[in-house]
Amino acid sequence: MSNKDAHWQKTKNHMLVTLAIWFFFSIVIFMFGESVNQGSFLGYPLAYYMSAQGSLAAFVILIFWFANKQEKIDDEHGYGGEKEDD
Amino acid sequence: MFKGGFIQNLPKIYGLYTGGFLVFILLMAALEAGGMDAATIGILFVAFTVCIYALIGYLSRTIQVDAYYVAGRQVPTVFNGMATAADWMSGASFVAMAGGIYFGGYTYMAFLVGWTGGYVLVSTLLAPYLRKFGCYTVPDFIGTRYGGNLPRFCATLVLVLASFTYVTAQINATGTIASRALQIPFELGVWVGLVSILLCSMLGGMRAVTWTQVAQYIVLIVAYLIPVFWMGSKLGNPFPHFMLGDEVQRLAELESQYGLTKNTGAAIKEAGVPGGLKYISNPHSAVPAGGMAVWKYLSLAICMMVGTASLPHILMRYFTTPSVKSARKSVAWSLFFIFLLYFSAPMLATLSKLQLMDPNLPTAIIGKSISEVQSIPWVQNWSAVKQVFIADFNGDGILQLNEWFMRGDVVVLATPEVAGLPYVISGLVAAGGMAAAMSTADGLVLAISNCLSHDIYYKIIDPKADVRKRLIVARILLVVIGAAGAYIASMRLTSILGAVAWAFDFAMSGLFFPLVLGVWWKRATKEGAVAGILGGLASGTAYLIYVGPKFMAQTPWLGIDHLRFGIIGASVSLVAMVVVSLMTKEPSAATQKMVDDVRVPSGRAILGKQH
Repeated sequence: MSNKDAHWQKTKNHMLVTLAIWFFFSIVIFMFGESVNQGSFLGYPLAYYMSAQGSLAAFVILIFWFANKQEKIDDEHGYGGEKEDD
Repeated sequence: MFKGGFIQNLPKIYGLYTGGFLVFILLMAALEAGGMDAATIGILFVAFTVCIYALIGYLSRTIQVDAYYVAGRQVPTVFNGMATAADWMSGASFVAMAGGIYFGGYTYMAFLVGWTGGYVLVSTLLAPYLRKFGCYTVPDFIGTRYGGNLPRFCATLVLVLASFTYVTAQINATGTIASRALQIPFELGVWVGLVSILLCSMLGGMRAVTWTQVAQYIVLIVAYLIPVFWMGSKLGNPFPHFMLGDEVQRLAELESQYGLTKNTGAAIKEAGVPGGLKYISNPHSAVPAGGMAVWKYLSLAICMMVGTASLPHILMRYFTTPSVKSARKSVAWSLFFIFLLYFSAPMLATLSKLQLMDPNLPTAIIGKSISEVQSIPWVQNWSAVKQVFIADFNGDGILQLNEWFMRGDVVVLATPEVAGLPYVISGLVAAGGMAAAMSTADGLVLAISNCLSHDIYYKIIDPKADVRKRLIVARILLVVIGAAGAYIASMRLTSILGAVAWAFDFAMSGLFFPLVLGVWWKRATKEGAVAGILGGLASGTAYLIYVGPKFMAQTPWLGIDHLRFGIIGASVSLVAMVVVSLMTKEPSAATQKMVDDVRVPSGRAILGKQH
């Protein structure tokens, strides 16, 4: 497998893992909203909390993690590009 | 103190700007304490901030094509995040979201999940690849990937439809805020709003819009968070986000104590409740029972998420970063800045609901005698402009939960007043709402006019046009589109264009799969893309007409109502695109190589710097 194909394979897997986590926080939790709401966090009913803050925070963390890990994949295969300040 | 270029000094410049804005707020507070009247404070807040944006717009003027279309592709990651957040958060997010949660409770919060979760799709599926492509507009990608003018034209059609649906609502919001703050008639306010919007974008295109949006983000986030924290501390929760668990449970208790009664349409009509006013009939935090309720929540979240990933004015913000890597990071920063406002909105709704409902608080009105409530100054003020209304359905002279009607916007606009905060906060909130509506309107008007000038005029009508001519056409279109939006807003026709949610549904029906499959499926062909765009758009629109309350108003299938028609459109689009692609000839070797190149994050963009 060429370097390019190996890179794309890893990129695809990384995308699928990220979307699986996304699916859990955006869909699965709220599929069972009624039962989830029996639990609580910081005194908030859990499904309410996830919808108001929890899933939102999970998405923020998820995208930062996604970007950092993808950068590592790119570097491994020599596609990192020049270093830049950001 | 400023060594180096503009880009290197951005943190310093915006740091100074933020400091200056805080000083301005303190100055206004001092003037209020010194006896200046509320109206003048409101005027100063709105006028001062709008003048600053106009100044930034003027200083960012340009005569270069890539500066005009993509801000020269040198916007740093974090600043692009702020600009996107301002681009994203509309007048509706700022003014109406907390009100939506106030009345809709848990069910409404599907919007929160949808409007944030969509960024995961943007970041994993689209933004880095579109940046690598090096396009100026979203149809530019469709047109080059699939080849030929027909896909380009179809994508333009979806872009214009989705963005225009959205922009009139924003111009309407700038008009409302300008008219209230500057005390001028609404019709005039709309044109004042339009002029402010054009001042920010006309001379510098994307470059000017970027730098004004950063400035607008700072104003809007300060204006949203100060009242939340201030009110929180007043009620003994200095950091409300983590401390309102008990309050949320208290609301559930109060709901069962007062009872959540549904009024009949006839009773509401008979009592003469003004249009657009709502009352509390949904539980704040309880999850409604049943599979249908779950499906309604999920389907709304899905439409908003997929729609987010297809909205051209958001995607085009990621064309402005220096590299693929920074485009990816920039999506993360965008969502972080959006999150700051979105996770505060439910807290604002909780606090303001509690203030009206909890009999232990001095601000409570539910359960008090109606004559007493009617003598409260803020109730009088907002009743006079038909934003709140009391209907004594059971005739007992006591205000029940279902007898208190209020417009959703009042939650954000009046809560500082209800909580007894000084007027300077209300002025600040007006400036924040103006910033939110203006920044979104700017992004949308620019998305439409850039697309028409680049994809229709330059790529299809006159490919030989020189740079000067292209930029003149782009600016003329900007003015024309803005004026068309303002005209519709001033005629008060916006309601016929429907809800903001429609823009998401249109975009997802026509653009999501053609964009995503363009990157992720090499076998996708030109004919497939055209079928996907047109099939999705036509079926979505047809379904909207079938269920739309102002059109045929038929019973929706499976609860897919007019806010969710994108589910139908996008499904048809996917099937049509896959089937037609498989039936037609595989794309050429050159196209397949292009897709391969898009997937490599480093190296030169597919399209040249000037194209």
